[in-house]
Amino acid sequence: MMQRTIPIAILCLSGAIMVAAYFISSAQSWGETVTTWFNILAAVAFVLGAGNLIAMNLEKISSQRAGWGYAAITLVSFAFMLVVGLFKIGAVPNDKHPDIHFAGSYDSAASPFGWMYDFVMSPLTATMFALLAFYVASAAFRAFRAKNTESILLLGTAFIVLLAQTAAGMFLTGWIPEESAFAFLRLDKIKAGIIEHVQTAGMRAIMIGIALGIAAMSLRLILGIDRSYLSKN
Amino acid sequence: MTNPQYIGGIRGFFARLGGIDRRWIFLAMGLSIAIPILLKLRFPEYPGPMAKATFAAVESVPEGSTVLLSFDYDPASAAELQPMANALVHHCASRNLKIVFMALWPLGKQQADRTIETVLKPLHPGYSEGTDYVQLGFQAGNEGVIKVMATNLSKQFPNDANGKPLGDIPLLKNAKDLGEFKLVASISAGYPGAKEWVQYGNGAMPDAFEVVSGSTGVQVGQLLPYYPKQMEGLLVAVKGAAEYEMLVEGKYPAANPELLGQGRVRMGPQLVAHLLMIALIVLGNIAMIAGRPRGGAR
Repeated sequence: MMQRTIPIAILCLSGAIMVAAYFISSAQSWGETVTTWFNILAAVAFVLGAGNLIAMNLEKISSQRAGWGYAAITLVSFAFMLVVGLFKIGAVPNDKHPDIHFAGSYDSAASPFGWMYDFVMSPLTATMFALLAFYVASAAFRAFRAKNTESILLLGTAFIVLLAQTAAGMFLTGWIPEESAFAFLRLDKIKAGIIEHVQTAGMRAIMIGIALGIAAMSLRLILGIDRSYLSKN
Repeated sequence: MTNPQYIGGIRGFFARLGGIDRRWIFLAMGLSIAIPILLKLRFPEYPGPMAKATFAAVESVPEGSTVLLSFDYDPASAAELQPMANALVHHCASRNLKIVFMALWPLGKQQADRTIETVLKPLHPGYSEGTDYVQLGFQAGNEGVIKVMATNLSKQFPNDANGKPLGDIPLLKNAKDLGEFKLVASISAGYPGAKEWVQYGNGAMPDAFEVVSGSTGVQVGQLLPYYPKQMEGLLVAVKGAAEYEMLVEGKYPAANPELLGQGRVRMGPQLVAHLLMIALIVLGNIAMIAGRPRGGAR
């Protein structure tokens, strides 16, 4: 009973305060307080996330499931970054307080944390992102086929945007004067037209739909109609 | 689909091309990126309306005003976003604007630090911490951070990233809320980022400041509905960075042009990679057509 009633009461109260804070100026400070609670909870979520990461990877290692070696690397890396960051190991001395231990910045480029960030984490994450180019190229060759009208439209749009997004667009059609009657044939103009009139219109429709959905969902949560976020136990 | 092995001539060649080992495609993409980088290929860029609008928005901020730069990205997107961050910081400092750095992403603070060290300090040695710029660092809470900042800045950021109380920092000691800033710029790779700055920052104080953004190509669709009324400027991907760099460098030449040329340097590989993609799409479709049975159903 208490496990369900208290969370629902907190949610209803917080939601009602946030709505009131938007419309009533005297309730604005209450809204600030509730938002601060949210920010503190968001920070606590990092601890929860870390706990979940450790539990999942330990379980993977202990059951020796496929790829358990990667789980071990994840845990070792996590522990290393946590220790050097939390305990300011190797922090460079602070110019203003040279006699105080750990007064320096833990994340300066000269500390182990900064070193790991600059020379391990940055290149690794950039590499992961860069790999997309190879998979997109492979997908373009195998899946981007003109099989029906919709896919032909998609292909045509892709060609225009791919060309107009580089100097090739200006090289091919940049010679058409911007003031001439044929300026609409310039690739940059066609791309701008696609973005302004097709993409933006579609995105607006999606966003309005999402906003209405969020409003409806929020009302269901505040009024206690939707309780799916609670534990089934 | 007919078995390509039994089709002869050029048609057979193209039909068999459809089954090419994807490692050849990976190799072609690798070369199309590596060769322009090694040859330092550069192509002329022509600033588009969005880059011009971003430049004009920064130009319209009165000299000496305070601006907020939010680094809402991590190293994964740095290749796309760092060039525009570099140009934006140089642009603001060249106009003697006071800069407040912050981050909604955990690793955004490190990206801002890197920009301070590699762009702000070398190109503008006169800028001193506390009076000309402040690093607030990262705060957890996503859009909640913006909401609190809109009403009470010191409640969200009691200290700067070095732990110094806001009241002791000359630049921010009298700052109450987001209204302190004349411009908010979010270099954004996703959530939370530019969209949240428009919805919760600009939405709370529509007339207090202008919002500009630098965004990755994949998320720009979500930002376009806000441009140009709620978001005065929008830089889209590396091309946006390259165009903006040209405008900034044209008016405020940097002592070290290499620092502000990263966007244009990256446009060379992008051009060749895009042309390769177009060629691959065309070849893929030719292979599909060549592999169809003649006169038969698809």
